[in-house]
Amino acid sequence: MNDKKAILNLKKKIFLTAYRAGAAHLASAFSVIDMLYVLYCKKIIRYDASNPWNDRRDRLILSKGHACLALYAILNEIGMIADDELQSFCQPGSHLGGEPKLGAAPGIEASTGSLGHGLSFGVGIAMACKMNKYDNKVYVILGDGECQEGSVWEAAMSASNFKLDNLAVIIDDNRLQAMDTVDAIMGIKSWRDKWEAFGFDVCEIDGHNLNEIEQVLRKEAHDGKPRLIISHTIKGQGLSFMEGVPIWHYRMPNKEELEIVMKELSISEMELER
Amino acid sequence: MRNTYLNTLYDLARQDSDVLSLVADNGLIVFDGFRRDFPDRYFNFGISEGHMIAAAAGMASCGKIPFVYTISAFLAYRGYEFLRDDVCFQNQNVKIVGIGSGLTYSTLGPSHHTTEDIGLLRGIPNLTVFSPSTKAEVRWMMGEAYGKKGPVYIRLSNNDKEYYAEGTKFELGIPSVVKAGSDLTLITTGSIINEAMNASKMLEADGISTEVVSMHTLKPLRSDAVARIVSKNKKLVVLEEHNVIGGLYSAVSEALVQEQACVPCLKIGLNDAFADGYGALEEVRAANGLDCGSIYAKIKDFAKG
Repeated sequence: MNDKKAILNLKKKIFLTAYRAGAAHLASAFSVIDMLYVLYCKKIIRYDASNPWNDRRDRLILSKGHACLALYAILNEIGMIADDELQSFCQPGSHLGGEPKLGAAPGIEASTGSLGHGLSFGVGIAMACKMNKYDNKVYVILGDGECQEGSVWEAAMSASNFKLDNLAVIIDDNRLQAMDTVDAIMGIKSWRDKWEAFGFDVCEIDGHNLNEIEQVLRKEAHDGKPRLIISHTIKGQGLSFMEGVPIWHYRMPNKEELEIVMKELSISEMELER
Repeated sequence: MRNTYLNTLYDLARQDSDVLSLVADNGLIVFDGFRRDFPDRYFNFGISEGHMIAAAAGMASCGKIPFVYTISAFLAYRGYEFLRDDVCFQNQNVKIVGIGSGLTYSTLGPSHHTTEDIGLLRGIPNLTVFSPSTKAEVRWMMGEAYGKKGPVYIRLSNNDKEYYAEGTKFELGIPSVVKAGSDLTLITTGSIINEAMNASKMLEADGISTEVVSMHTLKPLRSDAVARIVSKNKKLVVLEEHNVIGGLYSAVSEALVQEQACVPCLKIGLNDAFADGYGALEEVRAANGLDCGSIYAKIKDFAKG
């Protein structure tokens, strides 16, 4: 299956899972799914589905936990979450809620949800890996709006101070937060200078260009410096009426919009009703 | 108490290479030994308590056993959400050790007082809450903290007096009788036990025999043990260097209600107030009715009634 088709299938999976649950942060999941696809399906992240809690595994912390459906869909794709478990999303008895919970499935490495926690948790993991002299990597995905939390900068300062070159921080920079653009709310036009000032090796990519994502993730880190990848994305990418529109932060399509979703994600009536 | 903590931590670190010491710009000289002998296991996170707590949780998720140490007010208040979400919700093996609890930082005022922490932290699932009164209790609870695979909070204050005989055994969740007495029972926690012991001597001179009990474990608490101890005497006094809401008085009340063992009770603590005034610890205690003289007077009245 080619990448385009694989990602379309993941988006279908995300939408249908959300549709069954009746609610999800769809637009956030669509903004980060390309990045997660490359991380897992292009074998950037080293994992062993048959021994998923191996000490030497790479770890991914989805600090913007509300985008968890994207992570669940990928973990389902690589065999770490069973189909029926995914289908139980947000239902009574399910382990998979609207924010990730540590241990709910292999590959969920931290409970997140309240923004501004995941990078600190990831810093701790990266420090522990260094203490153990393991060569594994830690990836932390932040939202750009999330960077308004002060704790993100406490964590950034220490990642640099502790020379965590085994840590890659990815900002899913879709320029939107719940109520408006990040620029309109907090006057932020670019994150680059701020993270550089905190000692990170910064690069910027088109977060929907799979080649660019893969190339940057395969680059070796500078000795002693944590990395920051600013991934320019579109919130709700792939659904025309959702792309870049703030109201879609936490909303499900109505009947008319549903028809557009079905067309744009190639979802059949049968798939919708299943 | 602080040195007892540091010495015990040093011993644990010598036995177990996963034991780590994390600080937030606090403890310049006192950690010299640890830093010298375990330089790769000592981390100063600077002035960022919340981040330090969450990073400790990340370390614990990789099998490390971080002991996180700084002024307890900053751990309990600044660090609260990180302690709740990263350590306790994820049930990580992190030990939170606060110094200067209660009114210890008596010249600095309420920003540095820890007089609501028990109320706040007792309510977080998975967290064991210790509040030692003496060094012997600190030594014991460090062993308990290390032995429990999960989150622990230890609320240290300053007390160099020891009331226990050597070799005294302690049990998790079971208050310890420090001094026997037959008229009333005084339950307390932390270094304010010194005021309790002095007040009990003064009461003794008036013919009132007071049993002094140290509640070193706030959670988990064996309500049956609390009821058993309280039932020995007809009246109860609960003394705490803490708000009377949510702290020791609340914990004791919950236990006694649970066991249907309520007795007439006098609560002595901060009455839903921040502590007033500055000065030496004894002076601030006195300004807030928590010195042995005030305690003695209140209990004497209560005993008569």
